[in-house]
Amino acid sequence: MDNKLLSDIFKSEYSNLIAVLSSYYGLKDLELAEDIVSDTFLRAMKTWSYKGIPEYPKAWLRKVAQNLMLEHFRRKKTFEEKIAPELRARTQQIKEIEITDKIIEDSQLHMMFVLCDNKLNKESQICIALRILCGFSIEEIAKAFLSNKETINKKLYRAKKAIRERNRVETNLTLNQYVTRLDNVLRVIYLIFNEGYYSSVNEDNIRHEICWEAMRLSIFLSEHKIFPKQKIHALIALMCFHTSRLDARISGEKGDLLYHEQDKSKWNSALIQKGEKYLKLSAEGDMVSKYHLEAGIAYWHTRDNNGKWNNILQLYNKLLTIEYSPIIAMNRTYALARANSIVEAIQEAHKLELKNNHHYFCLLAELYHMNNNIEKEIEYLNVAIGFANKKSEKELIKHRLEKASQLKT
Amino acid sequence: MKDFMMLFHSEPNPDFNPTPEQIEEEVKAWQDWMGGIGAQGKLKNPGEALGFEGKTMHADGTITDGPYAELKEIVGGFIIVSAESIEEAIQLGKGCPALSSGGKVEVRDIMVFDGM
Repeated sequence: MDNKLLSDIFKSEYSNLIAVLSSYYGLKDLELAEDIVSDTFLRAMKTWSYKGIPEYPKAWLRKVAQNLMLEHFRRKKTFEEKIAPELRARTQQIKEIEITDKIIEDSQLHMMFVLCDNKLNKESQICIALRILCGFSIEEIAKAFLSNKETINKKLYRAKKAIRERNRVETNLTLNQYVTRLDNVLRVIYLIFNEGYYSSVNEDNIRHEICWEAMRLSIFLSEHKIFPKQKIHALIALMCFHTSRLDARISGEKGDLLYHEQDKSKWNSALIQKGEKYLKLSAEGDMVSKYHLEAGIAYWHTRDNNGKWNNILQLYNKLLTIEYSPIIAMNRTYALARANSIVEAIQEAHKLELKNNHHYFCLLAELYHMNNNIEKEIEYLNVAIGFANKKSEKELIKHRLEKASQLKT
Repeated sequence: MKDFMMLFHSEPNPDFNPTPEQIEEEVKAWQDWMGGIGAQGKLKNPGEALGFEGKTMHADGTITDGPYAELKEIVGGFIIVSAESIEEAIQLGKGCPALSSGGKVEVRDIMVFDGM
């Protein structure tokens, strides 16, 4: 049997089935839905391994899941006490349990908005979204977080429990709730994407998949009429521009390559064009969100004309009026060096005082390098190495130190 | 950390007709300066720039033209920064484009009322 095909089918169908099943059960029991889906996949493995993959594997899975769910309803000891009253109230619905594309779509949307719960911590939100919305295996998530299966399982368990408790009363979201929760859903998608794009520890194929999943979810959102589109389009544009460079970025032997180190012929021009298309769409209306600004920055990085760096600098300036983060502050300072002057950027860099951040000392080293002050460059690289935690980061800095020492002599 | 408001005062010059390039330069100077404060994580509120249309309402019910108080000077805008002390806020104010065009920067602490 084609294992790759099988795992692709399972992955894409996992979230569909969970979403639909829990829309029938309510979210009281996410685990139950997961159990049924696992059971479905198990049966598929058994049956398909001697009969081969059926012509319509997804329809097959949906049918089996449907049957298992009905079977569960019938068999459950608590059926009469707990579910029957509910069932009677919804007889119509249960009689016609059906898993159609339309129901899947609605349930998925619902699921997204329930799972992206801003009361959960950031990591839990990403974990549960990767598992339930993107169908990643526990093992894959553990790899993405440099963690082990047990820890991820615990995290997921706690997250599900919290969601269950919080959503007991609000399984039916109103239109208004969908719209007000959109920001949080977009933020989770953005975090998922960053997990794929920036984490240099993951295996390349997992990074690609995480990025694509984040894009899939946001394109799915953009197709729903109920949401204002500008932010969603800006986020898609941002992800297109970034993903266009992912291959070039990860082709380095020692960690990820930065823009100026990348082989531009490896940039995916189709994705850049797609990004431009979405960036234009995002400009309808006069809303400017952080996604717009970041997409704008990513766009200018694909260009090579005059004024590029000043545009990037201005977008970072604007971004800092909406949100502060050390990374934005450092990137802004680098843009300042390219757009205005290196000396000015060095002065500004010293004001940042990000005292135990190795990226900060790497930035200072880079600025002094640009200013041909090799001694200062070496000095700051040596400070940076003391703050770097990961082995790969230390190696990268060592590599730069060696290059700098050669220049000095 | 406390919050401080910076008020930018200037004397309008009716004879000054800036070229588009000059306007662009001016805007860039402001953005770069504010970006520098933002990069330190100390830009609490990017504030607003004020235009030139204005009237002043008086206690006796009269209304006079222009945003000017007693002097010819007008407030052109404001931002709010976070700083440990007024001295630090003054440090942040250095390099403000209002100063290089002959204006003033007024730095004021923002009062905090308990229980409100």
